[in-house]
Amino acid sequence: MNYTDGQLEQKSLKLRRSVVKWIKHAGAGHTGGSLSCIDILNVLYNRILNVSPENFTSPDRDRYVQSKGHAVEALFVVLADAGFFDESDLETLCCYQSHYVGHPTRKVNGVEQNTGGLGHGLPICVGTALAGKMDAKDYRVYTLLGDGELAEGSNWEAAMSAAHYKLDNLTAVIDCNTLQIAGRTADVMNSEPLVEKWEAFGWAVRRIDGHDIAALTEALRDPLEAGKPSMVIADTVKGRGVSFMEDVGKWHHGVPNDEEFAKAMEGFDMQLAAKEGALS
Amino acid sequence: MYSPEASALAEEIGLKKGKANLEVFAATVEALASSDPQVVAVVSDSRGSGKLGPFGAAYPKQLVEVGIAEQNLVGVAAGLASAGKKVFAVSPSCFLTARSLEQIKNDVAYSDNPVTLVGISSGVSYGALGTTHHSLHDFAALRAINNLHVVCPADNYEAEQAVRAAAVLEKPVFLRFGKAALYSLGSEAEQAFEFGKARLLRYGDDLAFIATGETVAHALLAAEKLKREQGLEARVISLHSLKPFDVDAVLAAARECGAVVTVEEHMVNGGLGEACAAAILEAGVGDCLFHRVGIPDEYTVTGSQADIFRHYGISMEGLFSTAGQMLERV
Ligand SMILES: Cc1ncc(C[n+]2csc(CCOP(=O)(O)OP(=O)(O)O)c2C)c(N)n1
Ligand SMILES: [Mg+2]
Repeated sequence: MNYTDGQLEQKSLKLRRSVVKWIKHAGAGHTGGSLSCIDILNVLYNRILNVSPENFTSPDRDRYVQSKGHAVEALFVVLADAGFFDESDLETLCCYQSHYVGHPTRKVNGVEQNTGGLGHGLPICVGTALAGKMDAKDYRVYTLLGDGELAEGSNWEAAMSAAHYKLDNLTAVIDCNTLQIAGRTADVMNSEPLVEKWEAFGWAVRRIDGHDIAALTEALRDPLEAGKPSMVIADTVKGRGVSFMEDVGKWHHGVPNDEEFAKAMEGFDMQLAAKEGALS
Repeated sequence: MYSPEASALAEEIGLKKGKANLEVFAATVEALASSDPQVVAVVSDSRGSGKLGPFGAAYPKQLVEVGIAEQNLVGVAAGLASAGKKVFAVSPSCFLTARSLEQIKNDVAYSDNPVTLVGISSGVSYGALGTTHHSLHDFAALRAINNLHVVCPADNYEAEQAVRAAAVLEKPVFLRFGKAALYSLGSEAEQAFEFGKARLLRYGDDLAFIATGETVAHALLAAEKLKREQGLEARVISLHSLKPFDVDAVLAAARECGAVVTVEEHMVNGGLGEACAAAILEAGVGDCLFHRVGIPDEYTVTGSQADIFRHYGISMEGLFSTAGQMLERV
């Protein structure tokens, strides 16, 4: 289906509402970092990736590996929306014997790789992109990293190899929400200046507003530069869409109480009403 | 974590709920730091999960943050220790003992830098966060490294003693802590804590539970149930030190009871059970019945820590029936 930017913005609101709903239902989850990356996943799954429940076993499909695995609730609601499974499956999120647990596993339809230990997605994607080059395949490979996650040395080992092998079929996105568990990334372990670092490692880099559907579409569609891996630094707001969670560190893995939950749902209803008004 | 029946029994035999060992660890490190400016905690975006927020606030110069970089955490800890700091390197056990294994082996153990490695939220403490966050390999991996104590306290008393002992040992130590609130298991006066010396929590000679860490309380409750319902006298040993290993306590249990059930929050491959089995076989106690309870070699069932324990029989009820089947009474 071809969505307009406005329709995708509307979808992002619904997806965010689902994220909060399922985290409340499960009584656990990574709220802030799931809300910050929804627009990125929405654009990837609804505009960019050649991947669907029908072609998921095809060797020619595009790949998305979520390196920041803790934002699994974002991935789950987007996969459900894309038809990989019924959203009501998430009734069992985090329950005994459910495949829907707090990090992505391949037991869930649509999940490419088990992630959750940070710093694994990029190396895996380098391998998959390299295989694509070896076999002259057209598929593209995408991964999503957290800004705190960049402290893992494995990312920089992979960064070097991606440039070395000229993997222009690989795009990495940083969900740059400036927060990690212990506080501001700049205070915990500063990862900036990101543009200069990735350029120095041989990547083509673009820094954009990570909530801007048009900018995301443009940055994610094609390689930024032939012969180089692409890095999209997406500036985002942790907890995006819930007023009292936005840019507040404690919502990294907070679950809203009943009152907070009601307030969050009310906020989404208002945002959705405004969006529907604008679209009609 | 405990069924209503188990909780009731715990109350009847006077077990008191304490804190999580993780909290005891953090409070003890803070107490040590108050009189020793050389005490340093190194964290990898793990001060919150390590309950070290108050420590960091009280002694900001003694908390080193390396960001989400566990290999760097252990390397930096080794360097700090080599320059005379009393270092606690604190990170979830799943990452600390897998990702940083080479640093543990080379920079800490074989280079003999006296770092205390603190694996937090170990075993299946993280429950439904899933397999990436479980550490079911840490005993096996670390038992295979020379010059490293491997210690898994069962209650708050053992936890505090282990932290204090590690601080003065001047040798590499791995401490493994969970995050569930734990029962206090025994009279503290009766036995001094010592690395390599198992703690006898209950005497018996019909069978022995040799358990470690958060599983020990379940064994203690199972022993009481066996006594009440089967008239069996079960010995319960908290084998907090996987290394150094209390061979004497294990052999005494095997010889005097003739039946041993080991219990651990770890995969049965390479853990406490295999350590006990090797000791018993090597000593020629050939007629000892023996059974390992732990996480089997399969994709670990999903759910909370309590769900996972129950599923694999790490519970009063599970251990009661394992023991019963072993002795062919049930
Ligand atoms: C190897 C590893 N170390 C530590 C963790 C625990 N952890 C989970 S999320 C997180 C913070 C991540 O921060 P960031 O990458 O900025 O993600 P976001 O802000 O998008 O949630 C940490 C330390 C982990 N999952 N993996
Ligand atoms: Mg972040």
